[in-house]
Amino acid sequence: MTLSKITIALLAASALTISLSARDQIKIVGSSTVYPFSSSVSEEFGATTKHPTPVVESTGTGGGMKLFCASNDMTSPDITNASRRMKTDELKLCETNGVTDITEAVIGFDGIAIAQAKANAPFNVTKKQLLLAVAAEVPSADGKTLVANPYKKWSEIDASLPDREITVYGPPKSSGTRDAFEEMVLKALTEKMEVYTNLYKADKEKNKAYKEYSTIRTDGVYVEAGENDNLIVAKLDKNRAAFGVFGYSFLEENADKVQGSNVDGVAPTPDNISSGKYPVSRSLFFYVKNAHAAEVKSLNEYVTLFMSEKMIGKKGILGEIGLIPLPEAERTAIRESVAKKEKVTLESLAKK
Amino acid sequence: MDKNSIFYDPSLKRRHFKSKLFKYFTLSSLVVSLLFLGIFLLDMVLKGSSAVQQTYIQVEVSYNQESIDNYRSIVDKKYLNLLSRAALREVPEQMQANPSLMNTKEVVWILADDQVDMYMKKYYYKIGEKDLSTLEELQKNGMVDKKFNTIFFTHGDSKTPEYSGILSAFIGTILTLAVTMLVAFPIGVATAVYLEEFSKQNWWSEFLEININNLAAIPSILFGLLGLAIYINLFGLPRSSALVGGLTLALMTLPIIVVSSRAALRSVPASIRQAGYALGLTKVQVVKDHVIPLAFPGIMTGNIIGLAHAMGETAPLIIVGMIAFIPDSPSSVMEAATVMPAQLFTWAGMPERAYIERTAAGILVLLSVLISLNSLAVYLRKKFEVKW
Repeated sequence: MTLSKITIALLAASALTISLSARDQIKIVGSSTVYPFSSSVSEEFGATTKHPTPVVESTGTGGGMKLFCASNDMTSPDITNASRRMKTDELKLCETNGVTDITEAVIGFDGIAIAQAKANAPFNVTKKQLLLAVAAEVPSADGKTLVANPYKKWSEIDASLPDREITVYGPPKSSGTRDAFEEMVLKALTEKMEVYTNLYKADKEKNKAYKEYSTIRTDGVYVEAGENDNLIVAKLDKNRAAFGVFGYSFLEENADKVQGSNVDGVAPTPDNISSGKYPVSRSLFFYVKNAHAAEVKSLNEYVTLFMSEKMIGKKGILGEIGLIPLPEAERTAIRESVAKKEKVTLESLAKK
Repeated sequence: MDKNSIFYDPSLKRRHFKSKLFKYFTLSSLVVSLLFLGIFLLDMVLKGSSAVQQTYIQVEVSYNQESIDNYRSIVDKKYLNLLSRAALREVPEQMQANPSLMNTKEVVWILADDQVDMYMKKYYYKIGEKDLSTLEELQKNGMVDKKFNTIFFTHGDSKTPEYSGILSAFIGTILTLAVTMLVAFPIGVATAVYLEEFSKQNWWSEFLEININNLAAIPSILFGLLGLAIYINLFGLPRSSALVGGLTLALMTLPIIVVSSRAALRSVPASIRQAGYALGLTKVQVVKDHVIPLAFPGIMTGNIIGLAHAMGETAPLIIVGMIAFIPDSPSSVMEAATVMPAQLFTWAGMPERAYIERTAAGILVLLSVLISLNSLAVYLRKKFEVKW
């Protein structure tokens, strides 16, 4: 008897699946950094329209791209959030799986803070000093060869820095924040430093990593602190000497416990991040599968709401939870290109 | 004792000392574990107790066409930053549901912004100077008050902390576990009955036994990967749904149920079976009418413990997409749902401070549900247990 019940239940379930394949509920996956913004818009959308609230999953940028590009049918997500631009490999994967009509939307900036406990004196650091503090291999004293990172104190890197032990709590390898930190602090410098690139030129196969060197040291100075940035904040509160690497919204929310360091003399403030003066900031994106708009009726409406001034504008709702808005001209331009559903191509991804 | 007594044992003192030492060693282990539990519970209660109340502000609300079009014009501009955006957002709908309110004004209690709530609860807050003076004036006039936090129990997740609650996750948990039990209970118990009562003891049954015990111990995330491969990719069931989550957890609880049900069946003495056969009953009659009813309290206990285990599980559910932003309560197993531990996981990672108390309060809710389930298991065992 139980067996027949289960059979009936399974049959009913499969019948439901078929009837559900035409759906109204938007499915969103992707970056954990964009997740709070995306779900805020989704909540607003659910509350102010007749459509169901979109489901937003936090899978990480890379994981989101995989799900998004897996197929073009209705079981796949309609939108993926990203804390970096889509990679050309990902676009190629999308195309081989039949996902050919994608539009890119830039929603704003996220600054990456190099934070420390509030009780400390303000800290000024340059990108170069940060590189020397966290890279696994750094130029030797004479600057001609690479050696394993010997620095244990900031004062050893530069006499102007305080006599403090180097401890950096940061995100693990799976995190988009880590990618962005490596990209903007390490790669941006090492690709122009001959001591690294010469190694690459000498043996392009074996020394591929030295083209844009971004390996972070694993001798206990850089501590991987997990994906939960609240944990890093709590650790900075306990360990006064340490620094933490995390997104701007956590800095803003915990202003009673932590402060951001100036990088290259620029403080991590919304204005500095928005204008591009603060050097460690990145754009946040989402990608829409246009082919789904015909089936998922609410998709266009959601995208329009997301791109509206009410959400991503200067006094927008997302600004309240830590999104740094784009400059006005850029906002207008991106809004237009999203409305026109401009396709993502290999050329458009190569452009800055 | 007298040294000259024939019962005198020179090692006695040392042995007594050793046994005392061992006793205190085991006792201290208990104390340490109780201490950990106590600190955890105290921390949760301290952090979560403030979530019992939520701040409301009394303001004048104007119902008119303009406020339907833009909910931010419902109240005077100077109060806007002090009030919950999510609560204001609901007002136009109330107006449309109740047209007689149109073009009237009314003084009502409206949910306050999370920062105001943090201010009232004496946590760290971020309120601008102008808003702060408005707030202080309101407070002086008795227009700010803390009330019982019904929202926490009647709403789902929200990105505005003051408007978020545990309801949708609670319903998601119920739906998911219903699926789990509907699948795992009959299959698990039937498997145990077959293995214990019908199958022959040979290398094959030994092999099965080892594998089932092994399955009961493997990391739960592997069941998530299995669920993703089978239910979502092969059968095409909807991602994030309670159905997929429940089926995945069923895979995970199945071995636990099989193992505990077998133990319960085994504890029924052979004399019961032999008496049945002596009276001419068939094997099915013995098993169905005597062995299973006698083993049932034990089977139920095992099931409830398996259920409690499934209830606290998050890892496999990440893989099948149940850790997501789902504010609406699901009304069927096919709809997107989240579960309580997943909700706590999401809240713990949010930047807003106001989520800390919500997380702690959510943990307390989850713990009390688990405690009631486990007490039920103990009660059932005590009530229906048959001593042989």
